[in-house]
Amino acid sequence: MSCLKSLFVFLCLQISLMVGLAGPANAQSDSETLRPLINELAEGKFAETERQIGALVATGDPIVAPALEALSAGDLYVRKSDGQVFIAEKDGKQFKLTDPLTLEAQGEAGRREVKKIKVNNKLRRVIRSALGSLTLMAPDPKVRIAAAEAVFKAKDPGSIEALDTAIAAEQDANVLEVMQQARAAAVLNSDLEEAEKIAAVEILSEMGNREALSLLIGVRSSSEGAVQGAAAAAVTKIEKSIAAWDAAQNIWYGISLGSVLLLAAIGLAITFGVMGVINMAHGEMVMIGAYTTFVVQDLIRTSMPELFDYSLFIALPLAFLTAGVIGIAIERGVIRWLYGRPLETLLATWGISLILQQAVRSIFGPTNREVGNPDWMSGAFELGQMTITYNRMWIVVFALLVFAGLILVLKKTPFGLYTRAVTQNRRMAANMGIRTPWIDALTFGLGSGIAGIAGVALSQIDNVSPNLGQGYIIDSFMVVVFGGVGNLWGTLVGAMTLGVVNKFLEPYAGAVLGKIFVLVFIILFIQKRPRGLFALKGRAVEA
Amino acid sequence: MKNTLTKFALASLMASTMIGGASAQEDTIKVGILHSLSGTMAISETTLKDAMLMLIEEQNKKGGLLGKKLEAVVVDPASDWPLFAEKARELIEVNGVDAVFGCWTSVSRKSVLPVFEELNSLLFYPVQYEGEESQRNVFYTGAAPNQQAIPAVDYLMNEEGVERWVLAGTDYVYPRTTNKILEAYLKSKGVAEEDIMINYTPFGHSDWQTIVSDIKTFGSAGKKTAVVSTINGDANVPFYKELANAGIKAEDIPVVAFSVGEEELAGLDTEPLVGHLAAWNYFQSADTDINAEFIDAWHAFIGDEDRVTNDPMEAHFIGFNMWVEAVEKAGTTDPDAVIDAIVGVSVPNLTGGYSAMMPNHHITKPVLIGEIQDDGQFETVWETSGLVVGDAWSDYLDGSKDLISDWRAPLSCGNFNTATGKCGGSGS
Repeated sequence: MSCLKSLFVFLCLQISLMVGLAGPANAQSDSETLRPLINELAEGKFAETERQIGALVATGDPIVAPALEALSAGDLYVRKSDGQVFIAEKDGKQFKLTDPLTLEAQGEAGRREVKKIKVNNKLRRVIRSALGSLTLMAPDPKVRIAAAEAVFKAKDPGSIEALDTAIAAEQDANVLEVMQQARAAAVLNSDLEEAEKIAAVEILSEMGNREALSLLIGVRSSSEGAVQGAAAAAVTKIEKSIAAWDAAQNIWYGISLGSVLLLAAIGLAITFGVMGVINMAHGEMVMIGAYTTFVVQDLIRTSMPELFDYSLFIALPLAFLTAGVIGIAIERGVIRWLYGRPLETLLATWGISLILQQAVRSIFGPTNREVGNPDWMSGAFELGQMTITYNRMWIVVFALLVFAGLILVLKKTPFGLYTRAVTQNRRMAANMGIRTPWIDALTFGLGSGIAGIAGVALSQIDNVSPNLGQGYIIDSFMVVVFGGVGNLWGTLVGAMTLGVVNKFLEPYAGAVLGKIFVLVFIILFIQKRPRGLFALKGRAVEA
Repeated sequence: MKNTLTKFALASLMASTMIGGASAQEDTIKVGILHSLSGTMAISETTLKDAMLMLIEEQNKKGGLLGKKLEAVVVDPASDWPLFAEKARELIEVNGVDAVFGCWTSVSRKSVLPVFEELNSLLFYPVQYEGEESQRNVFYTGAAPNQQAIPAVDYLMNEEGVERWVLAGTDYVYPRTTNKILEAYLKSKGVAEEDIMINYTPFGHSDWQTIVSDIKTFGSAGKKTAVVSTINGDANVPFYKELANAGIKAEDIPVVAFSVGEEELAGLDTEPLVGHLAAWNYFQSADTDINAEFIDAWHAFIGDEDRVTNDPMEAHFIGFNMWVEAVEKAGTTDPDAVIDAIVGVSVPNLTGGYSAMMPNHHITKPVLIGEIQDDGQFETVWETSGLVVGDAWSDYLDGSKDLISDWRAPLSCGNFNTATGKCGGSGS
């Protein structure tokens, strides 16, 4: 969207420039000759639309760009009464109409008065490459980069001329690089002389990503002589560097999966690890956190949309409180009667998890709820040949922060001290004047609350449905048992190890087998070390 | 919170119908609804239960059936496959229903088949499935593979010029069989082995990073690539989120899905997904009067303007109307009479045509290919010129090539082998 917006801004600018330079008469005549072409877009099927787009592009006039951009985005409508084509924006039940050439507002129309001009992937592709050559000279560097990338994908030898002009005028080094890559792709597709092609191969070899690789593989098989040799050398070089980047990418995926496991498991590391309660309703605490996010976003959407980017920060404390309070209620209401009876605890908490699921299903409905990604959590960036998505990156950061926070609470606060005392030796702690029942309740509340804030993060990458928690419960137990019951550091190392192992197995074994291998690995590991990676030592273990 | 209220009202309504069912009065015709209202499948099946309640209510407004009122009996098999069989038995034996509308997953259907056979009752199954089955007591109102998967692949091949294929699915019977059929079909069209990548993931898979990056790599080999997705249910949302974040655009690598409808998209921001495809026999966006009426009735019934309609709902709409017509034709709800009467019955579908029940207990349907729009709806970009007859036994699999199904007398056989001339040839 942002690129679309900037494109519009640019076009408005350019049109005002044109009006200023060439006088209104010129612009007038432009729109007079172009209007029939634009209105024609509303007629016929996809094949004809493609031909009509070609006719518009053939005018070479950037003034047609907004209409094409709107067509591609599905915002181009035809008014049924007079066959006029407009850019329409939905505004409640009405459409706000804009003239596609002059970009002046043209009033409103009802839903039944206008008809959308259909577009499909093929047309979008045609428009993308056409817009590429039309917007190479745009004032906004982002638009120019997008244009050059579109030209790169089109690989059309016909665009070399336009690229040369653009390259000559280009000041920005980043844009220049992309333009030269686009030119190289086009040159390799053309019948220019050998020296030009070898230079192009050189540029692509520097580029070094998969797109360049696939182009070069094509060149290697279709060309001969010196060009073929250069391409073959470049292919070997890129393949080598990509293999190294692939390993790095796998590690990153592993860490990212590990951080998700960590988030899901860290609350359980307290309720199960520290307190020893087999809490099958742990996943539902995660789900409650996710639904809290949904409710917060829903309120923000209806009452103060400008706060949307901060919705997650608002949801975090609320999710902690909601899940924490529910956790305390569960502990006070059910679990405290069952300490020391693990089987009954397991069944009771399993029942609670079913009750919570069905409660959420009755309140919010059984279908998925939409939790939006704020802008700063959408999209991806490139690091070398690796793609890192923002949402995954922030989740890694967030998981580590939560972990650090929890360690601080347990190690540096009086409450943490009491918790550790109670779990290590309950009777002694009680003798020292600690109110053990309340510490139990608060600790359980803390574990549940942490699960709640995990839910806020997981709502960004997973479904928000009543089943959300079920998917994480097995994994969470796996991590805690593997890492060593009662040890938070074990949970961290366990989660990261399982994540990375899983991601290295997946490309070879597939997702299904990979998961099975990990399970088998854990079973064998537990045979060898029944207390997990980091076993607690001392008398507490025997108690 | 008005949602809560309607839910509560619905729940009490359900409770009252169930009490009514128990007291078994003779002046109503009972219709069983066998959809999970809790557990993993509740996400999809609850809507179908509501759709059936709406259809039954509308029929009663029109005066019922054979002069009697229809009465819905709702049970909850809780996404538990063996429980489906028990609940089906309960519906037929204890509640005495005359027809059952239900099931979603293939495994739940397989689990209730023996019950319907033994007790000789009727099941209307509304979901697209893998084929390779035809039962006397079951009517398949969803799409068979030749009514969904094959036309979708044809579309990508002819219109988008796709040469490289990723077949990605959830690891269970429907994707596995569909992909087997598709693989055989693609190879018959001259696609090389190395241009097909097959990938399975567990139910509810949520970490798609590796697979999405594999797809990206597979797609950068210089040939036009598409993903054919039989990924089911919950796993779709994280899959599409990952696709969007990884910047895979529909113009470059389109994804065509067979299990993603309006309902699944409701939990997603579809802005980055515009142009990805789905193949169904119905889209909510179908521009017909009958569809507009259906949507209005649905919104009024459910009390929420934002609820969407989808393909399996249309399948129930068609199946229910077919049953009603067949019962009227036969003059009785007796299963044997209805099974004889229903073949050849033709009722309007929601896309402006008529669907007919074929002798193999599958129905005729148009096939639509739609592109996802930014409002969570689909826009039809291609459709078959006529109706496609559901084919129970795929022509592209060795085991089922020679099998046909015809439940009319004198053949009365679901897996007649044309090569050996015997009923009961090898099947699934």
